[in-house]
Amino acid sequence: MMNNGQMSAIAVDVKNIYKTYGKKTVVSDVSFSVGKGEVFGLIGPNGAGKTTTIRMMMDIIKPDSGDVYVLGEKFREDTKNKIGYLPEERGLYKKQTVSETLKYMASLKGITVTDERIDEMLEHVGMLPHKNKKIEEMSRGMGQLIQFLVTVIHNPALVILDEPFAGLDPVNTELLKGLILELKEQGKSIIFSTHQMNQVEELCDRLFMINKGTEVLYGKLDDIKHQYRENSVFITYEGNIGSLKGVTESRQRDEYTEFFLDSNTTPQDILQQLIDRRVTVNRFEIGTPSLHEIFIRIAGVNGDGDE
Amino acid sequence: MNKIKTIFKYELFTTIKRKSFILMTLAFPLLGFLIIGGFSLIQGTDGETPIEEIKVGYVDEPGGFDNHLTYGNVTLIPQEGQQAAFDNMTEGVISQYFVIPENYMTTGNVTRYTLTRELDVSSQVYYAIERFLVNNILEGKVDSSIVDRVASPLYLSSITLTPEGGESGQQGGFTSFIVPYIFSILLIMAIFTSSGFLLQGLGEEKENRVMEILLSSVSSTQLITGKVLGLGVAGLIQVVVWLISAKFIAEMASTSIGGLLSGLTIATDFLIIGVIYFILGYLLFAIIMAGAGSIGATARESQQFSTVFTLLAVVPFFFIAHIMEFPDSGLSQFFTIFPLTAPLTVIMRMGITDIPTWQLITSMALMILTIIGSIFLAGKIFRTFLLMYGKTPKLGEIIRMLRQA
Repeated sequence: MMNNGQMSAIAVDVKNIYKTYGKKTVVSDVSFSVGKGEVFGLIGPNGAGKTTTIRMMMDIIKPDSGDVYVLGEKFREDTKNKIGYLPEERGLYKKQTVSETLKYMASLKGITVTDERIDEMLEHVGMLPHKNKKIEEMSRGMGQLIQFLVTVIHNPALVILDEPFAGLDPVNTELLKGLILELKEQGKSIIFSTHQMNQVEELCDRLFMINKGTEVLYGKLDDIKHQYRENSVFITYEGNIGSLKGVTESRQRDEYTEFFLDSNTTPQDILQQLIDRRVTVNRFEIGTPSLHEIFIRIAGVNGDGDE
Repeated sequence: MNKIKTIFKYELFTTIKRKSFILMTLAFPLLGFLIIGGFSLIQGTDGETPIEEIKVGYVDEPGGFDNHLTYGNVTLIPQEGQQAAFDNMTEGVISQYFVIPENYMTTGNVTRYTLTRELDVSSQVYYAIERFLVNNILEGKVDSSIVDRVASPLYLSSITLTPEGGESGQQGGFTSFIVPYIFSILLIMAIFTSSGFLLQGLGEEKENRVMEILLSSVSSTQLITGKVLGLGVAGLIQVVVWLISAKFIAEMASTSIGGLLSGLTIATDFLIIGVIYFILGYLLFAIIMAGAGSIGATARESQQFSTVFTLLAVVPFFFIAHIMEFPDSGLSQFFTIFPLTAPLTVIMRMGITDIPTWQLITSMALMILTIIGSIFLAGKIFRTFLLMYGKTPKLGEIIRMLRQA
């Protein structure tokens, strides 16, 4: 299905877009690009401008200035057919059955789906028995899965998911994660927005963090983590560790203890002390902050207490 | 274009499968046939029962009122004084009686007595008494043909002429008004059923959050165009069903009921104008409703929002007495030309008067211009409001946002 954008290795190119409602600037000078076959995270607190950015990528609203290129070209009438979009605010016609929904939504993307394809897709997520049920008879989680199927039924080259895990129970969250990774294996480009950082760490190659409409972080997940690295070590141990030289503070985390080091101490010094004291060490790791912590640090510093 | 077709088909078939739509479409013709059927049934049983003989007694005090005693099924029977008349009435020999007093010739006063309460004296009895008096007063004094003319001096028939001197096709009067009157109601119902479905549909799509999923596949213009056309064709089907059955019903009513309705026909040009105004009226209100539907946060709020326009459309109904009496007044002409009131007014006026061609053309042209203007404005509204959830914006916000859009 990767026909039109094959000439370039970039799935989406966003260049200096702005959007203002009234006096409020919602998106200000946002630029990023998403490579082919990449899983790209668009993250930020609620109200940061994620959805507005996505809507501009989908040509649902027009940027006040700036350009968006999708699959190597400016938005055209048939561009929407190559994108699968799962909006944050999503719902389906309540009176339609599952198979009617899939058929109608696919026809709006300009393709006719066969019953076999519908059966195959439903089977894949274990929902074939519900084929002829009406949407209003579905549970919330089931409805979300159907929405995901609607998003990918036309086999799009680019998939945009806005808060895909919102409102999903743990079982369905895992199921959806698996589906997203499958899409990645199929070589599709995936952009997803979220404010749940753990999802980003598990799935994304690169990310763009937005807060109050402007870029705060952009790049490879590993690079960002490296950039925000603290001088600390994560240690899981047995027995009494006593006080370590060069440690300014220690914090108990869920599965480990984080020790913050003063500027003259290296992780190597700490490891040496542990060996000397014959402490049983089950885990020793150079401290990289979780994305969640980076996120809170940045969003919190900028005064937005949301999340 | 293909996407408009997809939405068009979806909206058309969803609408014509709706129970409320089917009910509305069939209710009117069924009602018409039922009324006519019921009427013929009553008439049929009426024909079998023998006509009841009405026996009316009278007391002739001045004397000389002796002849001409039978008028149709009414028979007049002289009575020996008021007491005898009363006794006969209580015994059932006569059903009622009247007294011609001594001073009748100078006053014309006649008093009628009856045992049953009634709204008014029956026309048969009144006619019988009147003819009885005239016949006896003029008996032998003038020719019998003069008696007839004095009793019924006038059978009036009015004919509307065209300026060329020929008989006009539309003769006005009750029968020619009743068709447009019923039609104006049906037209408004058809316009508001279809545009109401549009409003409700958009409201539900916003409420269910299907909207953004739809907009990820089609543009807002494609969405609205497909919807307006789909529901419009559904409405047109409804109107055509009504028009065809109306023509049948009118013919059936004209032959089977007769009397007041014997002249009931529906002219072809009336049908054409009816269809044109349905299409124009529907398009105008559909676009207005679509705008209102995209602004409101829920179906219900959108409905409230559109009430203003609905009220404007039915304003001519409030002035129906005026329009009937003065179909060519300034106000009637204004309503004809003002786009929101035009569909209803034109249909109502057509029954009573010949609307000058320039007024029809101006009215249609203005409607078309308004429709084009509304499409332009609605395009802005859709882009701005289709994805705005949560709360309905205030009027000030709407105006400010439209200026920026």
